[in-house]
Amino acid sequence: MTFRAPIGSSLPRDRAKRLLAGRGRYVDDIVLPRMLHLAFVRSPYPHALIEAIDVAQAAAMPGVVRIITAVDLDSVVASWRGTHNLFPDMKVPVQTALATDVARWQGEAVVAVAANSRAEAEDATEQITIDWKELPAVSEAVAALGPAAPLLHEAFDDNQAFAAEVSHGDTETAFADAACVIERQFRFNRHTGVSLEPRGLIADYDPSSKQLTVYQSHQTPHQQQDLYARLLGIPEQNVRVICDDVGGAFGLKHHLYPDELAACAIAKVLGRPVKYVADRLESFLSDIHCRDHTVKARMAFNEDGQILAMALDDLFHAGAYSQYPRSSVAEGNQIIRVSGIPYRHAHYRAATRMAYLNKSVLGHIRSVGHPIACAVTEQLVDLGARELGMDPVAMRQRNYLRDADFPVTSAGGIALENLSFHRCLDRALERIDVDAFRAEQTALREAGVYRGIGFATFVDLTSIGPEYYGEGGQHISAQETCLLRLEASGGIRCYVGTTDQGQGIDSGIQQVVAGVIGVSVDDVKVNSGDSELCPVGGGSWGSRGAALGGEAALRAGRELRGNILNIAGVLLQKAPGLLDIRDGEIVDLESGSKHMTLDEVAAVGHFKPYIIPDDITADLTVTARYASRGRLFLPANGLHVAVIEVDPDTGLISFHRYLVVHDCGRLLNPMLVAEQVRGGVVQGIGGALYEEFVYDKGGALCNGTMTDYLVPMAAEMPDIEVEHLETSTETSELGAKGAGEAGTTGTFGAILNALNDALTPFDVTLSETPATPSRILQALGKL
Amino acid sequence: MDAVKTAAIYLRVNGEDVEETVPVRRNLVDFLRADLGLTGSHVGCEHGVCGACTILVDGAIVRGCLMLAVQADGCEIETIEGADATGRIAELQTAFHRRNALQCGFCTPAMLLTAAMLLEANPAPTRDEIREHLSGNFCRCTGYQSIVDAVADVAKAAE
Repeated sequence: MTFRAPIGSSLPRDRAKRLLAGRGRYVDDIVLPRMLHLAFVRSPYPHALIEAIDVAQAAAMPGVVRIITAVDLDSVVASWRGTHNLFPDMKVPVQTALATDVARWQGEAVVAVAANSRAEAEDATEQITIDWKELPAVSEAVAALGPAAPLLHEAFDDNQAFAAEVSHGDTETAFADAACVIERQFRFNRHTGVSLEPRGLIADYDPSSKQLTVYQSHQTPHQQQDLYARLLGIPEQNVRVICDDVGGAFGLKHHLYPDELAACAIAKVLGRPVKYVADRLESFLSDIHCRDHTVKARMAFNEDGQILAMALDDLFHAGAYSQYPRSSVAEGNQIIRVSGIPYRHAHYRAATRMAYLNKSVLGHIRSVGHPIACAVTEQLVDLGARELGMDPVAMRQRNYLRDADFPVTSAGGIALENLSFHRCLDRALERIDVDAFRAEQTALREAGVYRGIGFATFVDLTSIGPEYYGEGGQHISAQETCLLRLEASGGIRCYVGTTDQGQGIDSGIQQVVAGVIGVSVDDVKVNSGDSELCPVGGGSWGSRGAALGGEAALRAGRELRGNILNIAGVLLQKAPGLLDIRDGEIVDLESGSKHMTLDEVAAVGHFKPYIIPDDITADLTVTARYASRGRLFLPANGLHVAVIEVDPDTGLISFHRYLVVHDCGRLLNPMLVAEQVRGGVVQGIGGALYEEFVYDKGGALCNGTMTDYLVPMAAEMPDIEVEHLETSTETSELGAKGAGEAGTTGTFGAILNALNDALTPFDVTLSETPATPSRILQALGKL
Repeated sequence: MDAVKTAAIYLRVNGEDVEETVPVRRNLVDFLRADLGLTGSHVGCEHGVCGACTILVDGAIVRGCLMLAVQADGCEIETIEGADATGRIAELQTAFHRRNALQCGFCTPAMLLTAAMLLEANPAPTRDEIREHLSGNFCRCTGYQSIVDAVADVAKAAE
């Protein structure tokens, strides 16, 4: 089938107009009758016994309706365990909505106050007295696994939650025989997603009809519907989760949070709507965190610069619990699967270990594990090139998997198909004259100006298949369904299970439907983010919308188009195959001559069905589904190139160029994909240069405000050049691969490589993120 | 505990006279959102850092979370709803839409008001000047470039 416009057109988004007028509908904008507001008392300690809770004084405060502790919710909401059946050896503790007798991280919710206003609820939290007995806390993974470490969970003998290893070939022999071995220890510090709109929800329970409606800032309404139904014991058909406008998500809003579940349980107890919106400190303390990995890695080369083997050991931690419902293994598991993946080496061994310790739970934030795998691999490649006196570009050209190698299964066990490493690098070299840069670099060094260039080749495991969570035992849909309804006027309503937090997947799907059927985008309205109205789907996470939701939309569009032409064929007494739909009109396929308009066909279909013979398929509401088979991921690839300047006196970094060459198959809307990449790059720059949670020796967070936790702002950020290749996947008809995380994936690697290239004259190598000025000055021996 | 103190305030919001009695501790953006239903101004950090609650008070850019409602007594306030209704920022809105200079949209109303203020003071800013002026408004989605592009487009069209 040919793909026609508007598929592939850079159209602006429908939803944006409303947001530009200040007419967004975010959770905190919604007010319901009799609505109460929640505030939580959270643990001030990373680890402490809760010996007694006194709420008497708080209960008498103005506006307070109810104070709720864990015992009040015992019979209302079930506990859970963040397991994954593909990793049966993982130790997984039981978690509850409110802490019972022990708080295991600073910020864990212990008591909730429901009051007439948020201010009154907060006033009351200050009058609640908890007798704490502080317990020894463990805040680093190495310490957590040490012999004298305090136990997080008494059910287990130690704090090691999970370990896994992948191995291919004979890695140790390859290292023993190598001409050159590069070995480094890397450190990637902890940060989080920092959506501008914090997490929040309104839970509205009607006891008379046993109906729970939740308005939530979330990525996965159907997943939440399932969780609330099961954990609260409400028939699933009575639970509705509505995620209208969501003010940024980035992965931190696709989990179950204890405080949010508590809000639903409290709504059930009170029979009144309750609103809870996290403030910024609560967000920093209790949102899912990411990274916090220490990686020891080695790469072996022969004397010609051929990569022979790679080996790594990753140590990370889940925080205090394994996140639900996905479990916390993915970041480590992705690192051991993805490291080294662009290269042709035959020998590979990678191991990861995950510990429990007293910090907020680690989960899935944009580009899970990938930036770490990419940075480790690409720094080892650069250091190998340096050791062997080779150019980093030539080193990559020497070792990349080639177009003819595909399909191939990577040493880490990932099936790879149609990737374009060489072509991406060629495109980058068309844009950046590396020889000219090297000449300029040398000249500038004479003047005390230190610039560097860094390349980072990446593979992005997008659009996860149903086997991963299906076999894992989680109710997480990797199948997408699209429902289309032709209105009598000829307009089309579209309902999907993907969700849109601004990335624009609603528009991508709108364009697929319009292109396949043959109407204008203005004739297609996409509805998403409502678990009752939309077909069951996975929402948006893991770079999946275009590849999975887009394919379902293509199938549904083709079905509706077929039915429209069936009716038109009856009316025109022509074979449907000789007709086409163009710009909303039924035309002759060959000549393009117009026969009738779509609304005429629709009106007959709806109001004069007796004209259509019974053996003609003429449904004007259709659904189609898409689920991949036999593949765990849909790998996409690309290359980041950073050109930076570092001031060796201040340690400050400035960007001179930033280029991403990205290949995610067919582009539904090139502008929106490029903007996803740009936003991802800047989020990645945050992790690479600024963002880091700092804890004191006792494990208490020191930088829980946006004054102290630095994020990228406009003044420091570069313009980002984005180039796209379109090597489609053969696993679907549309050919799209996922795109939402690619911008972040390569940033750590490109920036660290550029930084180390700039610092070559000083003979220092940084292998830690964020590469803050103080770390750079320490490396230079100036601090 | 004593009852929360309140005070009567009189102000103009988006061209309309407003008379309300508010708790003296209520900040201006909470007042606009909760008491007047003007939910286009957003709350991101309550700390004066993220910029999402930016509004105009007597023509000046103000963080709505750093000012109390009682301090706005006698003031002229403009929010995104007002700026949208008068058409004052229509060119910026169009340019933002065309450039996809917003994704989730949570920072957008404040970003528009801040950008409009720049163009009023400096109709032909450089890209660096645009970036500098917007550097108090956090956007997690776009990476800022498309926002800079959109503001530059409007500046260029005005030449």
